[in-house]
Amino acid sequence: MVRGQQVYVAGVGVISAIGHTAGETLHALQQGTSGIGRLTLFPSAYQDTLPVGEVSLSNEALTERLDLRAHAVPPRTALLGMVAARQAVDQAGIALAAWRCGLISATTVGGMDRTESFFPAFLEDPGAGHLRDLVHHACGNVTELMAEDLGIHNFISTINTACSSSVNAIMYGTRLIAQGMLDVVVAGGADALTKFTLNGFNSLKILDSAPCRPFDAGRNGLNLGEGAGYVVLVSERVRQQLQRPLLATVAGFGNTNDAYHQTASSPEGRGSYAAMTGALTMAGLPVEAIDYINLHGTGTVNNDLSESTAIQRLFGEHVPAVSSTKAFTGHTLGASGGIEAVFSVLALTEQCIFPNLRFEQAMPETGIVPQRTFARAAVRHVMSNSFGFGGNCSSIIFSTSPARA
Amino acid sequence: MEQLMADLKRQIIEALNLKHLTPAEIGDDQPLFGEGLGLDSIDALELIVLLQQQYKVKIENPQDGPKIFRSVRTIAEFITAHKPA
Amino acid sequence: MAFITATASIRAQTLTRNGTIQYRDASPALPEFLQQAYTALKIDYPKFYKMDTLSKLGFLATEALLADSPLAGYPPEAVSLVLSNAHASLDTDMQYLAASRTQPSPALFVYTLPNIVAGELSIRHGWKGENAFFITPAFDAAQVAGYVALILAQPGAQACVAGWVDVMGGHHDVFLYLAENTRRGLALAHTAEQLKTLYTGLWNS
Repeated sequence: MVRGQQVYVAGVGVISAIGHTAGETLHALQQGTSGIGRLTLFPSAYQDTLPVGEVSLSNEALTERLDLRAHAVPPRTALLGMVAARQAVDQAGIALAAWRCGLISATTVGGMDRTESFFPAFLEDPGAGHLRDLVHHACGNVTELMAEDLGIHNFISTINTACSSSVNAIMYGTRLIAQGMLDVVVAGGADALTKFTLNGFNSLKILDSAPCRPFDAGRNGLNLGEGAGYVVLVSERVRQQLQRPLLATVAGFGNTNDAYHQTASSPEGRGSYAAMTGALTMAGLPVEAIDYINLHGTGTVNNDLSESTAIQRLFGEHVPAVSSTKAFTGHTLGASGGIEAVFSVLALTEQCIFPNLRFEQAMPETGIVPQRTFARAAVRHVMSNSFGFGGNCSSIIFSTSPARA
Repeated sequence: MEQLMADLKRQIIEALNLKHLTPAEIGDDQPLFGEGLGLDSIDALELIVLLQQQYKVKIENPQDGPKIFRSVRTIAEFITAHKPA
Repeated sequence: MAFITATASIRAQTLTRNGTIQYRDASPALPEFLQQAYTALKIDYPKFYKMDTLSKLGFLATEALLADSPLAGYPPEAVSLVLSNAHASLDTDMQYLAASRTQPSPALFVYTLPNIVAGELSIRHGWKGENAFFITPAFDAAQVAGYVALILAQPGAQACVAGWVDVMGGHHDVFLYLAENTRRGLALAHTAEQLKTLYTGLWNS
């Protein structure tokens, strides 16, 4: 168990390529509708060659949806974050002002989209460009814009540990509540698609020119996506006041460094193995108790082999149902852990397991066959994996809320 | 070929930030990856960029990297065979 | 109760350990200073040359930090890293954007994440414990001390390298400290107040 008092999930919010709300998202997961398609957000040399998972709302549409009155348009990352975080808070039905409240948010690109619109003119002429575009570049500014939007003032923190950032944000929020330092924490992450990441990941040669095929023997890279996912974490005291069953509990988590390479995972997945082991130990659960693993499953040759090797070594004869939902959303980088935490909670509340799209053939090294169709199942404990550049490996376990079970 | 290999050694040191080495310390046939110079996957990607920028030679499939980038000599041979006329 | 057992800093082209200057040369620009400090510390780690400025700063400060307090006696999982800064990877992001006008450099792109410095340190020293990287407007002693305390209270945890590593253009500010469950070295109480004193004291020394 997490040291200290029990921590509950009271609300979830998500926006990604497969939906603008948790309800739309669940529908797409159920129908097997992928969000991977043509890039339309910004002009790019890769418009027709590199598919992505775009949120189908322009910045103007997002601003309108949020009914924002601010004179400067916030970066897209902040807009996506606000949409998801507001949903989560609404679902939780908590008057935030009545509690010691925190926002812990993860992002890797921050306000990069604004910086990109600033830079071309600036490079031609240092006197050109609008400096206000740069003000929101820093990752922390996105969190501050969101905190203001949500009306959270007690505690604000920004985490960036690459693609595991969001899970680390949820871990941090859980610890603060478990130790009695805060009552309510909105935790998760947001990242918008940018030229910066598209060109960068392309230079690493790990983008698939077709829709990605996580855990497939023929997988050939990832698709970038965008979005945001947040959970509202609450203490026992808040739960008692709410007097209704909550969505889930945070049962355990683990974070380790693979200490192998800046971008590549160790072939045997020693960091991911240690993170999953740590999460199980904290949760006090045997491997047999896990009903579903939402994989990191990016679709790169390296990640999927490393992750499946670690899973096979850890779970042995008891490999549970597994799937990567990145085939639906693309890899949303700093947001992925938050989005997939929401999916994990949905698996518990809806008692279902999501399919791993486009899977045809198991990789010969491990033979792990992921879940291929949407299935109703008894789901009590879900593990969600998120691994990032810099060797950062996180694994978190959500369990059915006791009152609900 | 000798000139091309000498150029390549200089360019590789520059592009990959191998500031602890001089061109003379890189053998023509010394393995660049693994036990040899100890280059890694990111270095291989930088070499792809180098070949494209300096020699207009494109490597479409990164999986071909290990074969082409075995040593300075194999890179020079690949450039000679694929350099646009 | 945890202890602050060592500190290191890099500011105004000056590298210190436990408040004592290890290397100083105010004349060159930051990249040259880092290169000279690397040579002066007599380190043999060629990967240093490939790192971005943020990683070089974290690397050199950590080398100084551990010079008298090696952590080799601890199991890899027992050592964690909690870093923070204001500018994330902005310094490298800008270089990458400028360089990308011709062709994006994969080696540079890799460093456009602040936590890569944590990865570099983990690789260098073989640490496999927890990693966190916070972005805050200024060094937040309370937040860092609080998180480090949570980590060190966990079963099996022994030591944590923590602090502030920030760079933007020529501006650089690094303050790292070693927190351990064992009383040794500086043996100062690991509290937010103590950290604040150590951090601000550096500016006045």
